[in-house]
Amino acid sequence: MTATVPQGTPPGAPSSARPRGAGPRSIASRLMDNRWAGLVGLAVALLAPFVNATPYALSVMTSAAIFVMLAAGLNIVVGYCGLLDLGYAAFFAVGAYTSGVLSTRFDLPLVATLPAVLVVTVLAGLIIGAPTLRLRSDYLAIVTLGFGEIIRVTANNLDVTGGPSGIYGIPGLTGGPVSMYYVTVLVVAVAVVGAARLGRSRLGRAWRFVREDEDAAEAMGVHTYKIKMAAYVAGAIWGGLAGVLFAAHLSAISPGSFTFLQSALVLMAVVLGGMGSIRGVVVGAVIISVLPELLRDLADYRFLAFGVLLITVMLVRPQGLWPARSREVAQ
Amino acid sequence: MSQLVWNGLFVGSFYALVALGYSMVYGIIKLLNFAHGDLYMLGAFIGFAVLGAAGGVSAAMALPLLLAVLVLTMGVTGLAGVLLERVAYRRLRGAPRLSLLITAVGASFALEYGMRAAAGADPRVYPVRLGGTSVEVLGARITLQQLALVAVAVVLMLGLNLLVTRSREGRAMRAVALDPKAAALMGIDVDAVISRTFFLGSALAGAAGVMAGAHYGKIDFMMGFLIGLKAFTAAVIGGIGNIPGTMLGGLLLGLLESFGTFWLGGEWRDVFAFGVLILFLTVRPTGLLGERVTERV
Repeated sequence: MTATVPQGTPPGAPSSARPRGAGPRSIASRLMDNRWAGLVGLAVALLAPFVNATPYALSVMTSAAIFVMLAAGLNIVVGYCGLLDLGYAAFFAVGAYTSGVLSTRFDLPLVATLPAVLVVTVLAGLIIGAPTLRLRSDYLAIVTLGFGEIIRVTANNLDVTGGPSGIYGIPGLTGGPVSMYYVTVLVVAVAVVGAARLGRSRLGRAWRFVREDEDAAEAMGVHTYKIKMAAYVAGAIWGGLAGVLFAAHLSAISPGSFTFLQSALVLMAVVLGGMGSIRGVVVGAVIISVLPELLRDLADYRFLAFGVLLITVMLVRPQGLWPARSREVAQ
Repeated sequence: MSQLVWNGLFVGSFYALVALGYSMVYGIIKLLNFAHGDLYMLGAFIGFAVLGAAGGVSAAMALPLLLAVLVLTMGVTGLAGVLLERVAYRRLRGAPRLSLLITAVGASFALEYGMRAAAGADPRVYPVRLGGTSVEVLGARITLQQLALVAVAVVLMLGLNLLVTRSREGRAMRAVALDPKAAALMGIDVDAVISRTFFLGSALAGAAGVMAGAHYGKIDFMMGFLIGLKAFTAAVIGGIGNIPGTMLGGLLLGLLESFGTFWLGGEWRDVFAFGVLILFLTVRPTGLLGERVTERV
């Protein structure tokens, strides 16, 4: 019964998940379903430097691309599997610090630190997921929040992470800002497509099943603990790799970049775009990361607006700007 | 040693006051109210505004005045909690849990940065500062004002416990927590009971906010964030949804932190507290006094 209702839609709210082909569909809705939307988005990202290639614009665009990767990773955890992670910046931090520390201490190129980053982020995901994923899902929200604080405070207190001032002089991935932008866009594009493919795989179906009704999934033979763990670790990997890109982009990292605010902003992007909808999440991430640059004057009211927006989205349009079409309903 | 114990109990009584609201709201609608810590912050600022309006205070009158402000602030903060539930949570009561949690995160943001927009980002100095004479008890230095604050906290907690276990309203609350549908069929106005629960929980948080402001002397718009996390930790340690358990959890967390700070140094205090939380969730997720909850399908 509940399986046909899209996640996040309260009973009584207008549901957008009517089966495909049932009734006339608006132009907007047809545009949203267009299969070329992803490629158009990539083309826009690739052509953007030809419109404006000032160092400032390139930096903003690179940050936006990294933010898209974060949102795509969090979307696996929150959107596909329905686990609320409020400390996502922790994985971002773990990835950035692991690559930063290894590359500056041992004079390694950043690419060489990738295996270590993968191992460490997966370990972090397992350590935090193992005790909490057995519990009620809302405990996870607060424990991840606490975990985010633990990572930030630890980075702040340890000598090896440079304390409050962080790490400087992390080598870049490429020579200049333009090539860095293109490398970032390509990595992020692969990550986004990868997340989308994961969502449509057998594992992705299990994730959505767990999200819609964990007990029913368990009864059908889905090992919910393992499935949730898979989502959590996948999210950790995406976040960790985004952290490496972040370290390469800025060449300096400090605990101030990995606060709860960062986690909340990524969550905001996922919710605004539409939980579980990869296209929506990409659009949401671009909006959330670029909007503050456009609204510099309103800096003081920015986060107030974010908070109000979160409540409003949940009350008025819980499925997000560009909701996921449920494939299961169509068949 | 006894100084550590006293410090722990003192901080723990703050945690317990804030944790009670968390625990009650969770018990009744199974919502982790992320904005709860910000109601504590709101209470501190309301108390600040009221004290500012009252003008200069002589040192002798500080404590009685503070008590009056406390009661007033509790009322206002309680109403703010009721308003929050009415605006942000009530319409989503039938919605998936995730929507409700995200709304709560949004409410927390709105309160924090709303206060920042209203009162500025810089910390404010409380007009009343409790310091003063101290007595030695078993080698621990205790100021009379600390003692007074702990006494107030204890009175509030005992009052709450009486209200919940002995009064008609308390019985209605427990009934709604047990089974909202059946409670509604028995003629209980479920919405009103939930509103009252929010009022009580928020009022306690507001009281803790004023007391923290008077004791530490400085307040800022982010002060609720960390204590919200700590209060949740306390509630989990004691058993979320269970009122005596939550009080116990608050005191225990205060003690643990006090000793953790002593052993590891102050900069690791928060890491230690959350480490304890994760450990507790692994070993005994229902908390010390919590009952095993079977989830109904």
